[in-house]
Amino acid sequence: MTSKSEPVKLDTSRRDELPEDTIVALATPPGIGAISVIRISGQKSFESTDKIFFGKSKIINASSHTIHYGKVSGDGINFIDDVLVSVYRAPNSYTGEDSVEISTHGSPLISKKIIELLLNTDVRMAEPGEFTKRAFLNNRIDLAQAEAVADVINSRTEASLKGARNQLDGVLSNKVHEMRSSLINASSFVELGLDFAEEDIEFINSNELDKRILNIKTEIDKLLSTYSFGKVIRDGVNVALVGQPNVGKSSILNYILKESRAIVSKIPGTTRDVIREEVSIDGILFRLFDTAGIRFSEEEIEKEGILRSRQTIKDSDVVIFIYDVEQKIDTELLNEIYTLISKDKVIVALNKIDILPNTMLKADVYISALTGAGMKELFKKLKAQTFGNSVYSEKTAIVSNLRHYNCLTKANEYLNNARESISNKLSGEFISVDLRNAENSLGEIIGEVTTDDILNNIFMKFCIGK
Amino acid sequence: MREFDIIVVGGGHAGIEAACAASNMGCSVGFITMDKLAMGRMSCNPAIGGTAKGHLVREIDALGGMMGIIADRTGIQFRMLNKSKGPAVWSPRCQSDRKLYSEEAYSVVSNTKNLEIVEASVVDIIAEGKKVKGVITATGEQIQCSALVLSSGTFLNGLMHTGLNSVRGGRFGENPAIGITQSLINMGFESGRLKTGTPPRLKKNTINWNILEEQPGDEIPQPFSYQTDINNFPHLPQMSCYITYTDETVHKVLEKGFDESPMFTGRIKGVGPRYCPSIEDKIVRFADKNKHQLFLEPEGLDSDQIYLNGFSTSLPAEIQIEALHKIKGLEEVEMVRPGYAVEYDFFPPSQVDLTLETKLIEGLYFAGQINGTSGYEEAAAQGIVAGINAALKIQGKPEFVLKRSEAYIGVLIDDLVTKSTYEPYRMFTSRAEHRLLLRQDNADRRLMKYGHQFGLIDDKLIEKLSTREDIITKSVKLFENMKLHARNINPFLESKGSSGIDSAETISKLCKRPELTLKEIIGLNGTEQNPVVSSLIADEKALEQVEIELKYEGYIKRQFDMVDRLERYEATKIPLTFDFLTMKALSTEGREKLNKIKPRSIGQASRISGVTPSDISILLVYLKN
Ligand SMILES: Nc1nc2c(ncn2[C@@H]2O[C@H](COP(=O)(O)OP(=O)(O)OP(=O)(O)O)[C@@H](O)[C@H]2O)c(=O)[nH]1
Ligand SMILES: [Mg+2]
Repeated sequence: MTSKSEPVKLDTSRRDELPEDTIVALATPPGIGAISVIRISGQKSFESTDKIFFGKSKIINASSHTIHYGKVSGDGINFIDDVLVSVYRAPNSYTGEDSVEISTHGSPLISKKIIELLLNTDVRMAEPGEFTKRAFLNNRIDLAQAEAVADVINSRTEASLKGARNQLDGVLSNKVHEMRSSLINASSFVELGLDFAEEDIEFINSNELDKRILNIKTEIDKLLSTYSFGKVIRDGVNVALVGQPNVGKSSILNYILKESRAIVSKIPGTTRDVIREEVSIDGILFRLFDTAGIRFSEEEIEKEGILRSRQTIKDSDVVIFIYDVEQKIDTELLNEIYTLISKDKVIVALNKIDILPNTMLKADVYISALTGAGMKELFKKLKAQTFGNSVYSEKTAIVSNLRHYNCLTKANEYLNNARESISNKLSGEFISVDLRNAENSLGEIIGEVTTDDILNNIFMKFCIGK
Repeated sequence: MREFDIIVVGGGHAGIEAACAASNMGCSVGFITMDKLAMGRMSCNPAIGGTAKGHLVREIDALGGMMGIIADRTGIQFRMLNKSKGPAVWSPRCQSDRKLYSEEAYSVVSNTKNLEIVEASVVDIIAEGKKVKGVITATGEQIQCSALVLSSGTFLNGLMHTGLNSVRGGRFGENPAIGITQSLINMGFESGRLKTGTPPRLKKNTINWNILEEQPGDEIPQPFSYQTDINNFPHLPQMSCYITYTDETVHKVLEKGFDESPMFTGRIKGVGPRYCPSIEDKIVRFADKNKHQLFLEPEGLDSDQIYLNGFSTSLPAEIQIEALHKIKGLEEVEMVRPGYAVEYDFFPPSQVDLTLETKLIEGLYFAGQINGTSGYEEAAAQGIVAGINAALKIQGKPEFVLKRSEAYIGVLIDDLVTKSTYEPYRMFTSRAEHRLLLRQDNADRRLMKYGHQFGLIDDKLIEKLSTREDIITKSVKLFENMKLHARNINPFLESKGSSGIDSAETISKLCKRPELTLKEIIGLNGTEQNPVVSSLIADEKALEQVEIELKYEGYIKRQFDMVDRLERYEATKIPLTFDFLTMKALSTEGREKLNKIKPRSIGQASRISGVTPSDISILLVYLKN
């Protein structure tokens, strides 16, 4: 009565967790921009769009990667806006599902209304990061890419985009992979020694082991040292323009911005508050702070402004101290600046050299906000200030993500412990604990070891609509 | 028609543990073996324990198993291996009297209540609607059961090779088991073929002992079992092993036989153990080593045979004897029986669950070499788990699965099920990622509670353990605060070559110095008046635990870092009904493997080869949805 072969059927009732419902969100940052994009993804994307979109043809019949002009309306009578609808059919969309992007004119009110209309159809509001999560679950991107996308979203400059892409391309991953496999290699010798402890074979001696660990540590240190640079690439450089009233701080800013945002005037003390502008020079984000001229004054508003200038100096990465050819350098003020920020972070600029080109006054750069003379030199100095001596190419592995930085720091600590165990002549199993922990820490960077935290971290960093 | 709650097939080390555990848990057990006098027979070397295997024996013992007890009663040499390393890799090992071991095993089994030994050969397994119902023996008898543990060792279609000669059999002079494999294949199981080997047996009085290096047992031998009375231990007179080596001339002789090696000529289809290789494997694989260590191990107190450990081979007998004569001390040795290789059927263990119940047939359990392991200890460890789970199932109680962070047994079974070995699996300490916590010295602290819960460990033992636990906790706490003063301790430190202290230092800190022992430190003036200290001094085992906890505190803490990190993975459960096949985001290989093995947790899933890290991330994201 032997039972015959027949594979056992397990209960295959499917957990209804597949992200099949349709979601919507504003994909561009909220606020007034030239154009807002509303993104819809899921099975009912086309159907729902057709309920509110009135164009020449139905979206549901449209082929992938086509753009359609039409009007949006809730009832087909009152039109809200003219829009362009882009159609993406599964799996060739960002999320891998059927999706639609509606581009509208910039008013937040209009986007809000359109989304409300969509929510009345079979669509729900997306959670933060849900589009990317779907892209990930549908195999459109891997975890490292998802993390890089999160970085790109938060990035503001070309270089930072490059950095993120560089990560997408795996320069950092490759480096970490390499370190991790040499670590695994070293620790497998330790394990062999333990497994065959009874036999008279030495697999690796402690000097050699220590040397290998040290090599990996050196690599990690190198990577860690790129973090401040990586951070600059991501977050930008804060630059304060400081000097006595009327030396031309605002004019310099304006020159750089090529637009008259700050008020330029002949009356000393025009700028009473700190003005902030962002500008990208060679792909690096500089955040310029135009400060109020610093001098003693009775006037309340000005005092307040000066106080703020001091704070701005403290918070900046670089200070451009400006004086002009018509007055001599205010050493008292300069010395005060040196109490707020280290000397090597201050660039002394002499302005208005168009008036007195052959001046004997001393400065790091000689410029004119009026003619633009010396400005190139100033930019060069600024860049040199930020990067110091480090050479950066797209092939360099750079750590710009705090999570990665923390993992590397941890790995480093474990390796230090392992070296200590070796020097204390402890046996292999003690060395192994730290080596394995270090392996895991490196593994977390590249997703070889994933934890919930990482996933949360990655998907929570997104805003709604990404 | 005979009927039992549980039938255990196969009287080896796995079967003994399964049968005893299940019957001690109150189930009626029919223990079927082809030859009851062969019960617990050691088919390979006459030794129990060794690196990592000794850990398993201690764990089996803490759960209330038999192996440690039998080994203690029949051991003729006890040694703690790896003493030069840290306590986590110390491993107990003993040489056993082969004959007495088997007799003792028989006596233990036959004295177990609820258990009936049935001498028979099983030829078929009965299942109805994917549920096991019983077995049919060679005489045509049907025996019924609610659960069946298969622990048939190397006997399934066993084939023994010496040179190009092969004989059907599971062990020298014993018949193979035919029929069971086919019966399982008919039910839908997938089978494979493995091989293992034994070395030649030598005649004791033909060896030139005088020129060989002696290896005696430990001066103070330690028993395996927590139940062994230390005052009446060891039971038997103790013997020594001896060491000799092969050399290049020996290797040359062996190489002559490679043409007739069943391994190299492809006659053996089974995959052999990578870690316990035959001498011919060693010569080929470690070509740059010009000698290999061999141990001459006594087979028993009054046995005239010697087991040549390290010389496992299946080369032709003439070659074996010729090579032996080139070995120091064996110049005139007589070979009682040549070494041989055994090939046998196994069932890739992805087909069982973590309880060792097969996924295909309810109530059917696999334990031991049938799951692809090698070694008595690995077999016994599975036996006790299968026996306990079979009994729990019949009693309608929750299953018993040990975590990887709890026991080598947990590591063993998880590895089997998850990685589904295709070569004989042997335990190593490196397989346990939580090695520093899974020590042979604390198996009782880790596992005895379970043995007690199942009624396999009596109240007295558990009370003793909890008293000790109390002393340990109090002592650790005390020593973290209790300070010794410079004037009292510096002379002692100086005498130990340890640097003096300035004012005062806690005992916990002092204990971390490698050159000091806790016993010496607390033996210094005054501390022993403290009641906690005096109770600690009175309990050697507690003292050892406290010393390890203090000395290696930092490491143990970092080991816990890893446990915590991994435990969260283990704690993320995957529902049994989870359908991997519909998850298109998974890699193709990952999806197939996941579907086959059906892991219970993300942790288990992450250990499956072919499942990529990104598969794991995808699962995590899914499970969080
Ligand atoms: N010739 C000449 N005039 C300049 C130059 N830069 C600025 N000026 C003039 O100097 C005057 C003061 O310029 P601002 O840019 O307002 O000076 P500021 O330092 O911002 O002054 P406060 O905001 O009042 O502290 C204006 O009349 C500018 O046109 C320059 O490079 N050459
Ligand atoms: Mg100004």
